[in-house]
Formats: sequence, structure tokens, C-alpha cells
Amino acid sequence: MQVPAPFEYERATSVDHAIALMERLGDEARLVAGGHSLIPMMKLRLATPEYLIDINDLASELGYIRVEGDEVRIGAMTRHRELLESNDLAAVLPIFRDAEKVIADPVVRNRGTLGGSLCQADPSEDLSAVCDAIGASCVIRGRSGERVVSMHDFHRGPYETAVADGEMLTEVRVPIRPHSGSAYHKVERRAGDWAVASAGAAVTMDGDVIADGRVGLCAVGPNLTNIEPISAALSGQAPSEDLYATVGQIAADNATPSTDTRGTAAYKTHLAKELTIRSLRKAVARATGQE
Amino acid sequence: MEVTMSVNGDDVSQEIEPRTLLVHFIRDHLGLTGTHWGCDTSNCGTCVVWVDDEPVKSCTTLAAMASGHDVRTVEGMEVDGVLDPVQEGFIQCHGLQCGFCTPGMMLTARALLDRNPDPTDGEIREAISGQICRCTGYSTIVRSIQWAAAKERETPVEVGAS
Ligand SMILES: Cc1cc2nc3c(=O)[nH]c(=O)nc-3n(C[C@H](O)[C@H](O)[C@H](O)COP(=O)(O)OP(=O)(O)OC[C@H]3O[C@@H](n4cnc5c(N)ncnc54)[C@H](O)[C@@H]3O)c2cc1C
Ligand code: FES
Ligand code: FES
Repeated sequence: MQVPAPFEYERATSVDHAIALMERLGDEARLVAGGHSLIPMMKLRLATPEYLIDINDLASELGYIRVEGDEVRIGAMTRHRELLESNDLAAVLPIFRDAEKVIADPVVRNRGTLGGSLCQADPSEDLSAVCDAIGASCVIRGRSGERVVSMHDFHRGPYETAVADGEMLTEVRVPIRPHSGSAYHKVERRAGDWAVASAGAAVTMDGDVIADGRVGLCAVGPNLTNIEPISAALSGQAPSEDLYATVGQIAADNATPSTDTRGTAAYKTHLAKELTIRSLRKAVARATGQE
Repeated sequence: MEVTMSVNGDDVSQEIEPRTLLVHFIRDHLGLTGTHWGCDTSNCGTCVVWVDDEPVKSCTTLAAMASGHDVRTVEGMEVDGVLDPVQEGFIQCHGLQCGFCTPGMMLTARALLDRNPDPTDGEIREAISGQICRCTGYSTIVRSIQWAAAKERETPVEVGAS
């Protein structure tokens, strides 16, 4: 029987309250959102916080998807299921629905949150790759106020983010650009499993050429945010199968997967290439109104 | 710490250790052993209960997190001796063999039909995809849920009827 080590439980009623509790309880306190990454780690004693601050009561304050003007704002407590079901979000950023269909299973998706996913920063976690591809930024709040960091700065490494002690992630912001498209592809061993590998792509067109394009990879190595050579290779190019193949190869060259029960390093590298190609193809089709 | 919640409509209040998982609270503290405990790793879904109308894996939820909320377990499906159509469907269509996965399967099915009274087989399979059955091969589970859906469409449940 797996049971967490003893801890004290507190419940936050607002963002300000959560920040005050973190400040009072110090660095032995951890936030718990959906708990679907943290509680398994606590059961395995990989995490042994002395205090747990439950932020589920913040679901009303931080659970939202707002499409406003040229930006989408998503609250950190938005659950996977809400990301999957939102038609407003799918209309502007279809990559979210692509990814959410294959993140965990419907019951886990009832609990897990966007904020928990990004803050867990597991290299196999899909929403980081999504947020990388679409050039999202993260709003982090602490006692001294709010700061906004790019995904590139948010990710410090596996299980490590820019969120410091006493701070929390409150919102993710994504720019909406006209003539844009996005898509996500994942290969999993069975329904509900973590990725063997996955890739997300987002492009913005300027007439017949790609003005701006980005790819986010998942489960093929740490720190795959903002692969500069990919963006450079896409910029100003007309979409073509040759271009996708070139970019797919750059993705494969940047992948550093390890062999494990989900597959060999060679297979995952192959997937990094192939899934990048598929996601780019679909993102361009969506951006150009072909889908 | 003290937790207070409604379980199948009954208010319960108990002193527990904060680290108590909801599945153990339900089984060991409340004695409601219909909720099963299997993989302990949020993969098998036999521990599924409802928290505020949504199926959740109770091995990955703290009892403390459910405090103040409404919990429903398989014991709460039957009301005044009348089985839920989903339970009837599992009997009619052989939806179980050993019965280990059944409580979680039925609660997820109930939640699906509440949102989608006319699901396709694919939608049913998707809904139960976080739950493992080692006996049936799933076909009879899908059939059982379709049976319940058909029954409910023919005899719509009266809202507010006593
Ligand atoms: C069976 C199973 C399968 C899964 N499959 C997948 C999958 O295929 N793909 C995938 O991407 N994920 C998968 N997951 C993970 C799932 O998506 C988690 O729900 C998610 O990673 C974490 O979200 P959470 O809200 O549960 O976070 P929690 O577990 O509550 O928290 C995770 C971490 O983030 C911190 N945190 C949470 N919220 C905040 C905040 N607002 N500010 C600062 N820190 C915060 C916590 O302190 C903790 O350190 C799976 C999980 C399970 C149990
Ligand atoms: S015991 Fe909870 S999912 Fe298996
Ligand atoms: S009936 Fe035996 S596990 Fe499903």
C-alpha cells in the first residue's frame, strides 16, 4: 500500500491566500492542484512536503478560458477536460484539442490542470510542448507582484521551472495571429498512456510563405523548448513536403531520447521526425483553410 | 484533521490523518467496500467514485481534498431498492465476470449517460478508457451501457419526481 509521508494540510481560498500561506509555511510547502502528478510522487515518497496547500478552491478564480481580441488567456486551474471541450479554444488553437484527446484518460482529465502540468515540467508532459509550439507566456504571481515569462524562460529543465518559492503560476497567455494554424500528434502504446514521443507545430502564414513557425517536442529529451534552427528553417519558406522533411530532420537531430519500456532511442528519434512532419503539414493546412 | 463530506447523501464527519487517501477513507473508515482498490497508481480505475458529479480516481485524491464536497460511490447507485439502469444493464448483458472493475465502470458509465444519453460505442469506449477490465474484453461492458442508454431513452427519468 502506497501512502504519502505525513504532512499538514491547508486549503487556500484565493490566490492571495495561497501566496500568504506559502510565505508563512516556507519552502517545505507545496501546492496541490489536480494532484495527479504530485500525489503519485508523494505515494512513492519521491516528494515529501511538510505542508500541502490545496488550491482547488481557486477553480473559480483561476479556471477560465478567455478569448479576447488578439490573445487567449487560460487560468492555471483550468482542467484538462475544460481544455478539451472548449469550442472557443479549439476555434483559435486547435492544437489544444488535438493534445487533450490523448492526454491521460477522461477520468484523470477531470482533475489534472494546465498549471499543474506546466509546473510539473515532466519532459513527457504534453502541454509544455503545446505551449512551446504556440509561443505561450506564463504569468507568475508572488508577494511582490506579477511577472510574465516566455515558455523558454519558464522551463529551467526537467521538473524545474521559473516559479520560485512563494510564487505560483496563475495564467497562460497565447497570442492569436490571423492566418495561423496549429496541430499536435502523439504516439502512445495504449489509450491513456504517456507519450512514446509527440510533437506540436504552429505556423503563421504571410501570403504563400510561412512567416513564423515553431515546433515543440515531448518525451524525446529535456529542454526541447524553442528549437531555434527549426524556426529559422521555416521562416520565409513556402510550405512543401521537402521543407517538412528538412524540419523533421532538425527535430530528430535535436532529440536526445533514452531507451526505456516505451521504446528504443532510435524509434523515438524516428517519431520526433515523423510527428514533426505530420504536425507541420496539418498546421499549414489549418492556417490556409484547407481543413 | 476533521473532514466533513456528503457520501451518497449522508453527511459524514471524521477525524483523519491528512495523508489519508479518499479510497481508504471510503473503504476503511466508512466501511463502504464497494469501491475497490487495485493498481494504486491511477491506471486501473476500479477506485473511481464521483466527487461533485464527476468521476475521479480515489487512490489519487486525498480525503481532505474531498472535504466539503459530495461523494457518490457504487453503493449510492441503487435508490430505495431500485437499481440504476446501468446496474441493470450490467446484469442483463453480462457486463461483469469477476466484478473487480465493475464499481468504477458503472460510475463512469452513469456520468457518461448523464451528459450524453445516446452515446456511440466509440464514445463509451473512450469514456471507460482509463479503466481496466481483465475479464470481459470490454464488449459486454459496452453492450451493458448501451442497454441502459436505450432503457433510459424509452422511459425518460422524471426530473424532480419523488
Ligand atoms: C494515469 C495518468 C496518466 C497521465 N498521462 C498523461 C499524459 O499522457 N500526458 C500528460 O501530459 N500528462 C499525463 N498525466 C499527468 C496529468 O496530466 C497531470 O494531471 C498533470 O501533469 C499535473 O496536473 P495536476 O493539476 O494534477 O498537478 P499536481 O499534481 O497538483 O501538481 C503538479 C506540480 O505542480 C505544482 N503546481 C500545481 N499547480 C501550480 C500552480 N498553479 N502554480 C505553481 N505550482 C503549481 C505542484 O506543487 C506540483 O509540484 C497523467 C497522469 C496520470 C495519473
Ligand atoms: S486503484 Fe485507483 S486507479 Fe487503480
Ligand atoms: S469483470 Fe473482472 S476485471 Fe472486469
